[in-house]
This record gives sequence, structure tokens and C-alpha cells, in this order.
Amino acid sequence: MDRMDLSCLESAPRSRAAELCPADLMSQSVSGSSFPLPQVQDMDAFQRDAMAYIKPNHGTTTLGFIFEHGVIVAVDSRASSGTYISSQTVKKVIEINPFLLGTMAGGAADCQFWQRNLGMRCRLYELNNNRRISVRAASKLLANTMFSYKGMGLSMGTMIAGYDPTGPALWYVDSDGQRTSGKVFSVGSGSLYAYGVLDNGYKWDMAVEDAIELGQRSIYHATFRDAVSGGTVSVYHVTKDGWTKVRGVDVGQLHYKYYPECDLHPCHGKPPI
Amino acid sequence: MDYLMGLRGKDYVMVCSDTTAVQQIITIKHDEDKLMSVDDHTLLALSGEPGDRVQFSEFIKANVQLYNLRNSRKLGTKATANYLRGELATALRKRPYSTNLLIAGYDKGKGPSLYWCDYLATMHKMNIAGTGYGSYFVLSMFDRLWHKELTEEEGLALMLKGIDEVKKRLVVAPPSYCIKIIDANGTRTIKTISDSE
Repeated sequence: MDRMDLSCLESAPRSRAAELCPADLMSQSVSGSSFPLPQVQDMDAFQRDAMAYIKPNHGTTTLGFIFEHGVIVAVDSRASSGTYISSQTVKKVIEINPFLLGTMAGGAADCQFWQRNLGMRCRLYELNNNRRISVRAASKLLANTMFSYKGMGLSMGTMIAGYDPTGPALWYVDSDGQRTSGKVFSVGSGSLYAYGVLDNGYKWDMAVEDAIELGQRSIYHATFRDAVSGGTVSVYHVTKDGWTKVRGVDVGQLHYKYYPECDLHPCHGKPPI
Repeated sequence: MDYLMGLRGKDYVMVCSDTTAVQQIITIKHDEDKLMSVDDHTLLALSGEPGDRVQFSEFIKANVQLYNLRNSRKLGTKATANYLRGELATALRKRPYSTNLLIAGYDKGKGPSLYWCDYLATMHKMNIAGTGYGSYFVLSMFDRLWHKELTEEEGLALMLKGIDEVKKRLVVAPPSYCIKIIDANGTRTIKTISDSE
């Protein structure tokens, strides 16, 4: 595609939010409606050049699952640019509000910006309607935003987890505009490894402590196999009273906790000669 | 890999779709419903890019239902199919929706009808139709075995035969499927096939 028709974005109706907030407040910070698009002929070429400057954080493992006692969300904390580990302390769970969590995979900035934007819109919904937004609706707000910017280079793979009057909820939303609900999801480069452990240990009626341990263990095993996932495992538990952070452990410490002796580990090797 | 198959029987239309949601090489879900009811007598079977698929079908559904409310009359299958094709054709030169679809419907007095439509807004009225790699095996099978007096039981048997063929020959065969039927009584799910079967 050498030229893109952006007419659909120009005449976007002003949101209710825009009417309620003073213009100067909306024009900055997290307001997505005023997000300017680059005025270029060839969007694809512009994007390629831009991506060469801004390398997104592609290495990640995140997971979420629903069970009898709520939702568990677990993530790693590593950020890497190429072969360089640029941070071991990235916060990949975005606390949208006390009842909503978003996870971060793909472009860090895209996830942070648009989930902040989602947080703002969820708060405005609360003020307008005197009740909290459902997880279903919140995830759709985000998915619609993603769809409106489809093909323009956003990179985001997220799970929206939360609790509303209908019970626990977990939605997968990505920058392709895909949005689907489910019981078990894992996103990121390490997700294949995480699924391997998670699917094996998952049971609907597991105890809270077992569920937390399963989330932690899945992330740990993913960080062991996936070079670009690592740092610390963070685990969150969402119940009808909102979310709580229940774990935050360095994967190095976890390794020696799970395998105190080196020959306990399946990957230990003795020299062949 | 998306698989859609539809056939028009004696007094019904039957459509089948896989029920997997895929992200790169991972199946993230095994019970995604890609057969969407527009109203009580029209059904869309959709494949293609997930974002486009849902946005487009919800847009069509909303507008058809709005038409029904405003005019106190139901939009027929043919009208729905042509409206939908028009929307796809308009979008084609702006930002195309990457969705291939089947439109199945039953109209009182006119009987059952099945339309095939691709993302380039080509549309045909068909007796049998399909999309995706799986349909290459099954189309020829249906060409051989279809006849216009096909009963509901025969139709279901044929659909299941098609699924068996896909599972047998297609490398990237989906594990789970859903079959829905639409006739004078409306739309209903007649069979779901899960991974283990």
C-alpha cells in the first residue's frame, strides 16, 4: 500500500469526554483523540525509518488465567534491545484502575500510552454513569482504538483482566484489532514456553495459593528457555475486591529455590569425557 | 487456517466453520464462534484477519438491524448480501476489510439461499461454497455428492465427511468445528466438534 486514506480519522466525532474536559487539558497528556498523525505521502516508508530509531521491546512473557477464585496475571520484567538487556525492572502489568489490569507485550510505549488512555476513558465512564465500566466494555474501547490505527505501526499484545458484576473476566486485545475472551492466555516471545507449563497445571477449582504458584512457575520456566524474558516474576490476583500484587521474585532466586542441587535440573550436564 | 464451508439443501442452508482463534503459530482459543447471526433468518460465516472480521460483521449486523427497526420490515438474504458486498467494495479502495465470507439465509416464500463473497467484493449465489485451504478438498467432494433434494441428515453427514477429509489431508487442519443450520424455524447449532473427536 503506497498511500493511505486517513479521511476516516479526520472527521472522528468528538467524544463525550472532550465535551466534559477543558480543551487545554485534553490537548496534552493521555488524550488519544488529539493524537497527530505524520503528514507524509508514504506511510510505510516513514514507518520503516521510524522503527529503525525506536526499537520496541519484543522480548516478553505475560500470562493470565481465570479460575474459581478470580483471575491470576503474571509477567516477567526484562526489556531488551537486540542482544543487550536494557532493563531488568520493567513494570509489565499496567494498573488501569483498582479493578482493571492490563499486561504489556510488544511496544512498551504503545502499551503504556494506550492503556493510560484507556484508564482515563474508564474514569470518565465512571463519572458519567456512576458505576464502574465492565471489563468487556473496557476491552472493546481499547480494541476499537487499535482497529482505528490498524496498519499504522502500533505494536501491542495485551490482556485486560478484571472483575465486574458479571464476575471475573479476561480479554485478549492486540494491535491487529483482535479481541477475544478466554480462560487462559499467554502473550509474548516466551508465551509458548509459558503455555507448556500453564496448560499442564491448570485446573478450574485450584486453590488460590496453587494458582499463584502456577503463574509464577510458568513465567519462571519461560524465562529459563526464552533469552529475552527474565528479571523478576510479578504475580497479581484479581478478586471481587479488586487486584492485589501477591508476588515479586527474582527469577535467579527462584531457580535455586526450585533446583537447589544442579543435578535436580533436567538440563544439567556432565562432561562426556 | 480458517475453514468455512456451506451448502444449500432442500429447505435449509448449513454452514460449518472451524472454531480456533490463532495468533501467529499459537491457537489461543478453541471455541471462537465465527458464525454470526445478523438476525433470526440470516447468518454470516466469516474468515480472515481477526480484527477486520469482527469489526466488519458487527458493522453489518448493526446496520441491518437498524434498517429492520426503521422500516418495520426484514431485509431479505439477497438484500443483506448485496448491501454487504457494496460495503466491501466501497472499503476496497480505502482501507479494505480482509474478510471472506458466506451469507446463509432462509426467506419465507423464497426458501434457502447461500452467497459466497470474498474481500475483493466478488459475490456469487451458490449451492455449495467454501473458503480456506480446507475447502479445496471439500469443494470437489461436495461437487460430486451434492444434489438439490439433500435432506438435513444427508447434509450433516456430508459436512462431517468434509471435516474428516480436512483433518485427514490438510497439514494445518483446525482441531475444532461448529455446524449451524438455518431454515424456516430460524438458526440453530446442530453440532460442535471438539479437539478429541
